[in-house]
Amino acid sequence: MLFGGRKKVDHNPKTDLYAQPLQFYGQPPLENISLSEFESFAVDRLKLLKTVENLGVSYVKHFEQYSKKLEAEIKALNFSYRAVDGPEKRRKDHISHFILRLAYCQTEDLRRWFIQQEVDLFRYRFNQLECNQKLEFLHKNNLQYDTISAEEKKHLKEKLLNSSYAISGAKLEELDFYKVPFQDALDLVRTRKVYLKEGYAYIPPNDIVTIVLNDFRTRLSKALALTARSLPAVHSDERLQPLLNHLSHSYLGQDYSVQKNVGKISLEQIDSLAGKSFPLCMRQLHQALRDNHHLRHGGRMQYGLFLKGIGLSLEQALQFWRMEFIRGKVDADKFDKAYAYGIRHMFGKEGKRADYTPYSCMKVILSNPPSQGDYHGCPFRHSDPELLKQKLQSYKVSPSGVNQILELVKGMHYQLACQKYFELTHNVEDSTFSLSHPNQYFIESQKALGGGKDVKREADTLQRPQENSAARGSAAAREPAVNESQHLAEITKNLETDFQDA
Amino acid sequence: MPSSDYDPACLPDLLPLYYRRLFPFAQYYRWLSYGGVQKNYFQNREFSFTLKDDIYVRYQSFNSQNELEKEMQKMNPYKIDIGAVYSHRPNQHNTVKSGSFQALEKELVFDIDMTDYDDVRSCCSAADICPKCWTLMTIAIRILDRALRQDFGFQHLLWVYSGRRGVHCWVCDEAARKLSAAARSAVAEYLSLIKGGEETVKKVVLTDPIHPFIRESLRVVEHYFPQYALKDQDILGREESVEKILALVPEDVRKELQLFQNERNPEKQWRHIKALAEKKQTTAKKGQHFEKEIMLQYCYPRLDVNVSKGVNHLLKSPFSVHPKTGRISVPMDLKDLDKFDPFAVPTISLICEELDRPKAEEDEAKSEDTKGKENEKDSAEKRKIRDYKRTSLAKYVRYFDQFLDGMARSWKGELLRKSDLQKEF
Repeated sequence: MLFGGRKKVDHNPKTDLYAQPLQFYGQPPLENISLSEFESFAVDRLKLLKTVENLGVSYVKHFEQYSKKLEAEIKALNFSYRAVDGPEKRRKDHISHFILRLAYCQTEDLRRWFIQQEVDLFRYRFNQLECNQKLEFLHKNNLQYDTISAEEKKHLKEKLLNSSYAISGAKLEELDFYKVPFQDALDLVRTRKVYLKEGYAYIPPNDIVTIVLNDFRTRLSKALALTARSLPAVHSDERLQPLLNHLSHSYLGQDYSVQKNVGKISLEQIDSLAGKSFPLCMRQLHQALRDNHHLRHGGRMQYGLFLKGIGLSLEQALQFWRMEFIRGKVDADKFDKAYAYGIRHMFGKEGKRADYTPYSCMKVILSNPPSQGDYHGCPFRHSDPELLKQKLQSYKVSPSGVNQILELVKGMHYQLACQKYFELTHNVEDSTFSLSHPNQYFIESQKALGGGKDVKREADTLQRPQENSAARGSAAAREPAVNESQHLAEITKNLETDFQDA
Repeated sequence: MPSSDYDPACLPDLLPLYYRRLFPFAQYYRWLSYGGVQKNYFQNREFSFTLKDDIYVRYQSFNSQNELEKEMQKMNPYKIDIGAVYSHRPNQHNTVKSGSFQALEKELVFDIDMTDYDDVRSCCSAADICPKCWTLMTIAIRILDRALRQDFGFQHLLWVYSGRRGVHCWVCDEAARKLSAAARSAVAEYLSLIKGGEETVKKVVLTDPIHPFIRESLRVVEHYFPQYALKDQDILGREESVEKILALVPEDVRKELQLFQNERNPEKQWRHIKALAEKKQTTAKKGQHFEKEIMLQYCYPRLDVNVSKGVNHLLKSPFSVHPKTGRISVPMDLKDLDKFDPFAVPTISLICEELDRPKAEEDEAKSEDTKGKENEKDSAEKRKIRDYKRTSLAKYVRYFDQFLDGMARSWKGELLRKSDLQKEF
């Protein structure tokens, strides 16, 4: 049973738990807090995680600018970031993490987002620790891996030197290499930054953070799955539910899953829209589709969902794809058998009936990179700079504009590059929005080109998610009637203990 | 000619024969039950069938070898795919509470498809293959097999010819079957060197230091490169091809290379390129590896990461028939890899024909076998055991048996371990 009958634990765990600057969040908090603290902590942490997300796309992670900006944000939000910080900030860190777990455990997408940002935040903070603090952390958290003998090191010397950069021959002698099962070092394996032999990765001490991160990610993932199972109890409380819902929606912002303007676009318009209002990625896909009368799976998904987002109905979509594929090597029969199913699936009419949401820029840039024969992905991220240049030139972008875009691409600011492309092709000085979604590009474009009232209203509603999430957060905070903080805190505490038992 | 003429229209007549008398059910079941170490491993495995008229059915599962045989003989699938081992019987997944039905384990798989090499092969394109470009598969198998064994420590790898234009690899080790999706994707990315789609000209970029994995892979590529690329594909002999290669070298090198335009002999041209690369290596601040990059771009295996990533991904089953070519997806014995000829792989029409007219050599072997087994099984069973043995399929099933014997040793160990643990109570 969830409510009542549980005694409040009366000792003060603060000093023990908060002795460490960094933690794995293994133990949930066991105290009462007020509802206002509950909300403000959650909102602050959400702001922090959103900052982590934005910085991660705009700057190279963990290089100077990224670190400086992140540190500034952590300070501003009053979270702990240095070893010298006191228990107050660490307590806030602890509690806010667990509250957000409640909000972000519900769907696969939310979980993935939450885990990604928490991992990035953790990585930043772990790297800020001193060497001895890192070791202390490892030992306190049971990550014991074996080091290899001097003989083995000598035997593998060439291989070790060639797999871990920034290690000279001399240093090799002094360093301890850890032998870790490759499943525990996936990030290093994936990027081939480590020597592998018979299923073991040979890790230099500097890279041990990646192992720690893996562990953190796995633990958090499991914890979220457990949390999700206890969620019905949380949602039955009327005060928690609206807050938690707001928290999880503010991350998604506009996801273009609810189709507005369905049927307002006709198929004949698509060619001209592609030239005028589609972002480069979709323009490229459309062109490839027209040229080859075919698109591979990745391209069909990215483009198909985008079209759904701009308002194509299922019937229109089926007609659109069918017409094009038939011009190629696919006959009507085969289309109906092999491809129509996929399109209906996208609209939630098949399989598990999930209504898939059009991909955000983040998703296009980060997942499923294109390979031979593919046209999906983000051209600013995935295209050869030379080819990108030619393409921009062929779309009549001025030479200086092309250069500005290429500079942004070089700096890995892909969304900013796309935004610059928008500005140049629409002849606006400064785009007032912050680009994060291809459908957003389309709407802004239609707005800029003097679209109808409908479209304008659309653009207004999506301006709001771009605003400071602070405004959103405090708006959410004001909503629920706030007076029985005692009761609420009791519930929260009970829930946390419940999770602990699980 | 080893292959009888195959006509897809005959498939409806050939399939019943194939499934009644040729498909190696005993070995298949032996494989997928993995020694019975885990309860319900076979029963919770998903199969999917493509039936006549492209009807596709998923979430098929079977309680025993017998049930598998009966169902397959009833449905006569055109294609068979193998999926994951789930938490519950796949054919009952609708009765399970939503969210509880999960894919738990599956072999780690790789799919190498010749179409992914279209930008670097001149002899064929799309679904076509020929002996000249088949070398790409040989190279791919050698590189991946070595890496999966030596780098990742896997031991039980089954390489299978897909029936038309590629090969599949099934990594059957217990550790492999238990890998998470993230781990699978990490392994696939470790093995990937070719990055980029239509819009990317230079698909391989090497930076110092060169990882031991890349060095080992280069060794394999270098072994096949002169014959495959310089001779068979003649990459330096044709103008458009030379243009493509020049696009892969740095600008200053391009200029120097044009001086050698008159050189007709491709080996000599390649030696020029290599020499230039070596020269650059010593003078440039950062390593220049364009000659290696060219070799890799033209020869290194191209995997579809998406096939390997998903625990629940369905992949064509070994011993499935390819409806377009009629060829059986046979396991490949790597001992004879360099001699493997995809065009000599038996088709369903050939082996059905051979049922009535057994191969000469097989008769001898047959009489030896039956003497021992005569008393143990009844005549119908005997006929079943012998049937595939008198066809060209025999050697592939024999190889599959060896593969299973290799794995069986590890299952025995596991079973002993488990029973020991139980005795302690």
